[in-house]
Amino acid sequence: MQQSYDAIIIGGGHNGLTCAAYLAKGGEKDGKNKLKVLVLERREKVGGAAMSEEKFPGFIYSTCSYVCSLLRPEIFRFLDLPRHGLQVIPYEINSAPNPEGEGIIYYNDHDRTREALRRHSIRDAEAYDEYAMEISRHCRFIKRTLLMTPPDPTQINPFVQNRINPWGHREDLDGLLRIGREFGRLGERHMYDMIRFWSMSVADFLDQYFETPRWKGLAAASSIIGTALGPYSPGTAYVLLHHYMGEVDGQIGAWGFARGGMGSVSKAIASAAEEAGVEIRVNAEVEKVIVKDGKAVGVALKSGEEIYGKSIVSNADPKRTYLKLVDKGDLDTIDPDIHRYARNYKIRGSSGKLNIALDGLPDFAGLPKDAAYGTIDIGGDFDYIERAFDDYKYGSWSKRPFLDCVIPTTVDPTMAPPGKHFMSVFVQYVPYQLAEGPWTPEMKAQYEQDVLDTIEMHAPGFKKLVLHVQCRTPWDIENEVGMTEGNIFHGELTLDQLLFNRPFPGMGQYRGPFDNFYMCGSGTHPGGGVMGAPGANAATEMLKDFKRGVVQ
Amino acid sequence: MTGAANHMDAIVIGAGHNGLVTAAYLAKAGLKVTVLEAAPQVGGAAVTREFVPGYKVSGVAHLLHGLHPGIARDLGLARHGLDLKAQRVATRSLLPGGRSFDVGPGSASTIAAISKADAEAYPAVMARLTRMADALAAYALHTPPRPDIGKMDWEGKLNLGRFAWGLRRLGKKDMLELTRILTMNVNDLANDYFESEAVKGLICFEGVLGLALGPRSPSTVFNLLYRLSGFGANGQGGFLIPKGGMGSVTAALAKAAQAAGAVIRTSAAVDHILVENDSAAGVVLSTGEEVRASCVVSNADPQRTALQLIGPRNLDTMFVSRIRHLRMNGCAAKIHLALDGLPEALISERSRIVVAPKPDDIERAYDCAKYGRVSDRPALELAIPSLSDPSLAPAGRHVASIVAQYCPYRLRATSVNEARRQIGERSLDVLEEVAPGLKKRVTAMEVLTPQDLETQFGMTGGQWHHGEITLDQVLFLRPVGQAQDYRMPVPGVYLCGAGAHPGGNVSGAPGYNAAREILKDVRTQKRVVGAA
Repeated sequence: MQQSYDAIIIGGGHNGLTCAAYLAKGGEKDGKNKLKVLVLERREKVGGAAMSEEKFPGFIYSTCSYVCSLLRPEIFRFLDLPRHGLQVIPYEINSAPNPEGEGIIYYNDHDRTREALRRHSIRDAEAYDEYAMEISRHCRFIKRTLLMTPPDPTQINPFVQNRINPWGHREDLDGLLRIGREFGRLGERHMYDMIRFWSMSVADFLDQYFETPRWKGLAAASSIIGTALGPYSPGTAYVLLHHYMGEVDGQIGAWGFARGGMGSVSKAIASAAEEAGVEIRVNAEVEKVIVKDGKAVGVALKSGEEIYGKSIVSNADPKRTYLKLVDKGDLDTIDPDIHRYARNYKIRGSSGKLNIALDGLPDFAGLPKDAAYGTIDIGGDFDYIERAFDDYKYGSWSKRPFLDCVIPTTVDPTMAPPGKHFMSVFVQYVPYQLAEGPWTPEMKAQYEQDVLDTIEMHAPGFKKLVLHVQCRTPWDIENEVGMTEGNIFHGELTLDQLLFNRPFPGMGQYRGPFDNFYMCGSGTHPGGGVMGAPGANAATEMLKDFKRGVVQ
Repeated sequence: MTGAANHMDAIVIGAGHNGLVTAAYLAKAGLKVTVLEAAPQVGGAAVTREFVPGYKVSGVAHLLHGLHPGIARDLGLARHGLDLKAQRVATRSLLPGGRSFDVGPGSASTIAAISKADAEAYPAVMARLTRMADALAAYALHTPPRPDIGKMDWEGKLNLGRFAWGLRRLGKKDMLELTRILTMNVNDLANDYFESEAVKGLICFEGVLGLALGPRSPSTVFNLLYRLSGFGANGQGGFLIPKGGMGSVTAALAKAAQAAGAVIRTSAAVDHILVENDSAAGVVLSTGEEVRASCVVSNADPQRTALQLIGPRNLDTMFVSRIRHLRMNGCAAKIHLALDGLPEALISERSRIVVAPKPDDIERAYDCAKYGRVSDRPALELAIPSLSDPSLAPAGRHVASIVAQYCPYRLRATSVNEARRQIGERSLDVLEEVAPGLKKRVTAMEVLTPQDLETQFGMTGGQWHHGEITLDQVLFLRPVGQAQDYRMPVPGVYLCGAGAHPGGNVSGAPGYNAAREILKDVRTQKRVVGAA
């Protein structure tokens, strides 16, 4: 059998590319046996959901993801991304307009935020210190687990071997002990707070600290973005951390725009990968993973071509991987439960996107001009967001959606003609399918209108500025990028699908059910966002297997 | 100094079932115990009361499924008049269009009429869930562990080890499945396992009963497991409708406590706990009378205990803030009907009846409650105890006892009186659809909203578990972290009610655990007793 590659990666999203670059560079250290890595991308361009495209003459849109912060600094440095053309411009402000009065502004600077809060409530301003302390405690704890293979507590017996990860047991024990030590350092009082924090609803959590409804609504925003849950649902509090986990240039909690749109991130990683010797093939859609005797040996392309390799890595989401790319028969010979896990995997799409070309900068109600230099969250109190969620629950888009808007052209002139602006509007909640059936053009037009009306309410005169709108539902995102149901995280970030349970129970360590088969997408720990951690972690595990001769 | 007659070893505030259990165990250990109950009768929320002349019904709790057999044996409840024999009932889910299905003991499951696949899946799924629930319930009669294992005593470590071993014995597959489902929402769980809306509806109802959450809210699977752990064999064990109503359970407990030497004083409302030298010294009754003891056990809920009985000035602000933010807003109303006969659908219906035909029906009912309104179409649990126990109603007549969900404690635009009317009417409307002719049979009705439960039974927020059973409020987080060992921050004050681990239902476990911890302190001389 011809074995031309050491690793074949299905999908050239940011995680696939990161994994490829890590593999190629990681092999380099050994000197002579440099790994030969191939990335297969279905579309004409790599990047997946981190993509810049000119959809309207003169305007570059970040078509799916739109801000950059979660990208792990370790990856940023290891791949030397600035040299490959990535520049991240941090921004300072996160604000919520208010058509009935003064808007709410959150700054990266703690003291400025507290001062801003004082205008609304002195009690909230005072509570903000305590709140920020608790949040940063949780963040510090969580960050250490991001670039770590999640240990599986059900297999800590170091004497029993299992097939999926024959070397894992000692590591599981070590991992658990490491987490345990971190946990131990918290001190008893904070231990209770942390455990409680993981199962609370964001509404309950914020109610402990604050009273201003709109501030609480703004603070809650980051815990419902991309989830199919409302602020009153338990288990939403910890998603708050997503907002505080990021960093730009070592500035913790900062968010930034990638110069030239999010496509620049993928482009830089791809360039780093190619420099390390990775081969990238576009327009090469994988149809099936070829499995022989419980071993993944290659892939079959849609064109009929078959490519063989020592290991196969899927950057696709778990549902697509195990229900489409892999044969059910092959799975069932290993374990019939896996198919059931894949079917039951929660990957509901809940968010849409509007990319808008603007003739000028809009004016948001109740906010100063410079608010446009950051994220503008259009929403209201908990009830506003919860009602938006209610619409979604029963199969409709939110009539009054929660919107997360950015105008990257305020700081990056390369994306639009002078004086004009590109605005990215993230829409929460939009279902993959409507209660009445699939999306129709009329429905989509109505949804677009509802979103624009909502913005107009919070930024009078906005509609007159609109030059072009690209409107996308989860269904569109699935069709374009290939993420099942258009779920931006490759699977919901609920506790039952995190850590060693991501994607499926017992498969949380980047290894698939077959020998030599791996997962490297956001459907693995630590999950979604343009973070790169799943790709890097998967590569680390693979390199271990290469070194031990598990992959032959 | 008050006289010796007024000086006890231990005072139990509240003669609910847990308070009585604690009192009985303390008295058995030789302590001089007084139970002070504000109401003219014992029982708290587990009482049998006459709501219209001739018609008697269980006050709040109306079904028994968790009373710990070990406690019943220890206290000899059978000897004291509790009759639990032959009262196990199945569950029947009534669906629109005269359809229905049964699950539970006695009657074979009739899910097949609804869905063949579900009928096949149901026993195995429930057996699996119950196995997991039982593994978790192994902690019910132990004091919760501390997350800082190093600070636990050997007994705590042993319990934790035993618990971990129990989990391991589930096998790898079930263990992994348990870690997956533990935090999930019950709607997703039902979708994973079943296909028919009717079966999913029943599962979802079991998952949300007693919570201010809907089937799509995470943490509801935990509530399902929590309830299953008390259901008995494979989730098919069914419920008990005790002879003479729930009051007979607490009456037996009271007798057991008295037999052991405890004194029970009814109509003796405690105003506050006496704190001297930063530790408990006794209680002051609303009459001004002082009863002194170095050990005061509160069967009241955590908020009432901390904020009213102990008082914030004796506590640190962090503790007070945590207690204030407990999720303890009741969301269910209790409805009692006096019937002059039964409609055809309910004739000889000994089962516990559930009316929750679809998960989305429950979710929509919850949506109303989220915004402070009474559900347009409540989900219902109904029992007709007079069928198995004719003494509860005049001959030929019946009483029905209903739990209607949701009727929120925090109403927004509705007044309590209006809410009372709404939940009553709407529940009858829902029932009329599945049991036509019921409305005509109703001769009298009593509706207890969460506000009524609060005022009549003293449960803050009308929450019958003394705090919701959600993941952020169980085990060592119940009632709040660092108070999970039944000791309140003021030395000598203990919590023995459902607000302490393992929580609600008429199980007696919190009372038992509290008694054990108190006796530990007595043994190690932390609490000096017998020095009258």
